[in-house]
Amino acid sequence: MQALLSMIRKEFQQLRQDRKMIPAMIVGPVIQLIVLGFAANLDVNHIPLVLVDQDRTPASRALVDRFTGSGYFDLVGSEETAQTIEPWLVEGKAQIALVIPSSYGEDLAAGRPPKVQAIADGTDSNSSGLGLGYVSQIVSGEGAELVAAKRPLLEKTIGKPVGELELVPRVWYNPDLRSRWFYVPAVLAMVLMLVTMILPSMAVVKEKEIGTLEQLIVTPLRPWQIILGKLTPFVVVGMLDLCLITGLVTGLFKVPLRGSFLLLVALTFLFLMTTLGLGLLVSSLVRTQQQAMGFCVYVLMVPMIYLSGLIFPIENMPHGFQVASTVIPVRYYANILRGIFLKGAGIDVLWPDALALLIIGTTVLTLASLRFRKSLD
Amino acid sequence: MSPRKLWSVAWKELIQSARDPLSLGMLLGVPCMMLLLYGYALSFDVRHIRLAVQDNDKSVASRDLIASFVNSTYFDLVATPPPGTDLEKLTARRTAKAVLVIPERTAENLAAGRTAQVQLLLDGSDSNMAATILGYANALVAAANVTRLTEAGGKIALAPIDFEPRVWYNPDLDSTHFLVPGLIGFILMLTAVLSTALSVVREKERGTMEQIRVTSLKPGELIVGKTLPYLGISLSATVLILLAARFLFGVAVTGSYLHLFAATLIYLIGALGFGLLISSMVDTQAMAFQAGSLASMLPAIFLSGFIFPLRSMPWPLQWISYAVPARYFNVVLRGVILKGAGLESYPRDVGFLLLYATVVLVLAYVRLSRKEV
Repeated sequence: MQALLSMIRKEFQQLRQDRKMIPAMIVGPVIQLIVLGFAANLDVNHIPLVLVDQDRTPASRALVDRFTGSGYFDLVGSEETAQTIEPWLVEGKAQIALVIPSSYGEDLAAGRPPKVQAIADGTDSNSSGLGLGYVSQIVSGEGAELVAAKRPLLEKTIGKPVGELELVPRVWYNPDLRSRWFYVPAVLAMVLMLVTMILPSMAVVKEKEIGTLEQLIVTPLRPWQIILGKLTPFVVVGMLDLCLITGLVTGLFKVPLRGSFLLLVALTFLFLMTTLGLGLLVSSLVRTQQQAMGFCVYVLMVPMIYLSGLIFPIENMPHGFQVASTVIPVRYYANILRGIFLKGAGIDVLWPDALALLIIGTTVLTLASLRFRKSLD
Repeated sequence: MSPRKLWSVAWKELIQSARDPLSLGMLLGVPCMMLLLYGYALSFDVRHIRLAVQDNDKSVASRDLIASFVNSTYFDLVATPPPGTDLEKLTARRTAKAVLVIPERTAENLAAGRTAQVQLLLDGSDSNMAATILGYANALVAAANVTRLTEAGGKIALAPIDFEPRVWYNPDLDSTHFLVPGLIGFILMLTAVLSTALSVVREKERGTMEQIRVTSLKPGELIVGKTLPYLGISLSATVLILLAARFLFGVAVTGSYLHLFAATLIYLIGALGFGLLISSMVDTQAMAFQAGSLASMLPAIFLSGFIFPLRSMPWPLQWISYAVPARYFNVVLRGVILKGAGLESYPRDVGFLLLYATVVLVLAYVRLSRKEV
């Protein structure tokens, strides 16, 4: 026990010696959180729109007003014909062109469905897709209003009222549908991976590189004591980051913490078992810090973030990837984060995720320790 | 600057990276892996929404509405909870994303010409998905209403507006098309900045920098020599991404390869310079990694317009994004690869990339030579 404590103390001193390291482990996550919190917003608005209104009737102007009044679009220019819109899209000055044909008002008056065309720059498929969605919403909104305007007349001619369905949506957990609330808790997972997976693996490999790992072996320390000693400081920093980020998430970004913070801390420990285990495993596979970094970032962190549902919904992935994502610890931690922050979920709901983390964590840590011991012997 | 000395530094660096096949393999293989990941697995499209339906009416009208949800192919019916079920548990446990509740007497109300309310309970924790689901549901209900009106007959012509969307450059709105340029920008930034920074700091950490200092190498020769191999490796990674994009996803370069190469080269020189600049400020590889990933990777993903649209960000972030080279590179690359445009269409963006490369290189040169001479 005494030996373990002095090992941990040594590790802390080593961490402190690299004077820029501790600030980097604290300041880094804060910057990351702030950038991500403000930038990670998929809601698209102010889409630059170029208008080709060949009709120029009150009817077409009503449609255009609907666009400019929606807040989704900024009218950046207008053209006489659809033939001249290309430069707008090529140079990226406009993302969507709205073309109202000259027969628009006439068709409407005659009861024929008029055609409205929208041309989108597909190179940014994401925001163009959303933009076209908005266009379709606005156009069908105008259409529905025009149809509704005829309802009284229709009901009068057939002599009885026609029933109507009304959809009453109720959104739980995030009533204003703020995408920030979805993404901000995800930062916690990313920061913890950085601090408790990548940095420890680099720290262990550094001792290999400098040759001081051999010196540790000749001490009376057991392998598990060396491992525990090496990893403890990172657990402490990780937990500090957890408190700090939770404070910022709720204070600065006003994301509610509806569940119990204690539960969050407890389940984060389970998550750290998996990240520390993976970091240790990597350190036993590579020889240099550069390799450790590359392996952790490219082979582990990036695919894990993407396949975990932190950013992209798992439901949309092909079946094979969905199966693969079941062994990714971040997937369960993402559920836990969103469950505790937004849904106020307790252990009665989150136990399957906790169990999965426990299983993965134990497996990875055991494997890593076995390999580590082998590399020591 | 002597080419012979330059070459020997570059050669040494190349041998050193060839001795480390793991890292080299990662530098070349990872971009392709990411493309595969993006191309096959990731999309923001919302399909197969897990829907639970509580039908308290059990009428023809209610079954019609449910059928229209299921037949839309957006929704998968996963549960039909009986009356009195705690519906919130269904979403808290993630059994269902949305619950459609059709109250009793819906058909009766409709037949009597009254407005019948149906409820949609949504899990809003994934805001993006929830907004899309809401959009689908609204459209389905609106369509049902129009059908009811038309079926009610009458001689009045009902004319909703026909909407014809058309997409240029990427007609199917295939996300691989827009990811290819963004991914090239991101990967190049990451590999170029991190590998140069780490390779210089490694020599500092191991004390071999002193050995280099006592040779007759000028700082300029050392800097250029050290970056040349990574320039080559990064360019090879670009070629690999383009090949994979062409043969796996059918994304071909429609513009000129010369323009593509020129833009990539300018961008890369800036990125390598940035890596050198970082290496002049830190002493350990762990620190170089932290600083490099924070200052290059994060902006290249989040402030470049790669995934998240810049226009919807708060203005301080938009201002910061003007200093992110990936922002300009993305515009140019999308233009050249997808729209078949030339560099002349983007003078402002190319100009900024040149400016960035110059400023960063000068700064790195000043800092590194001050330390070493």
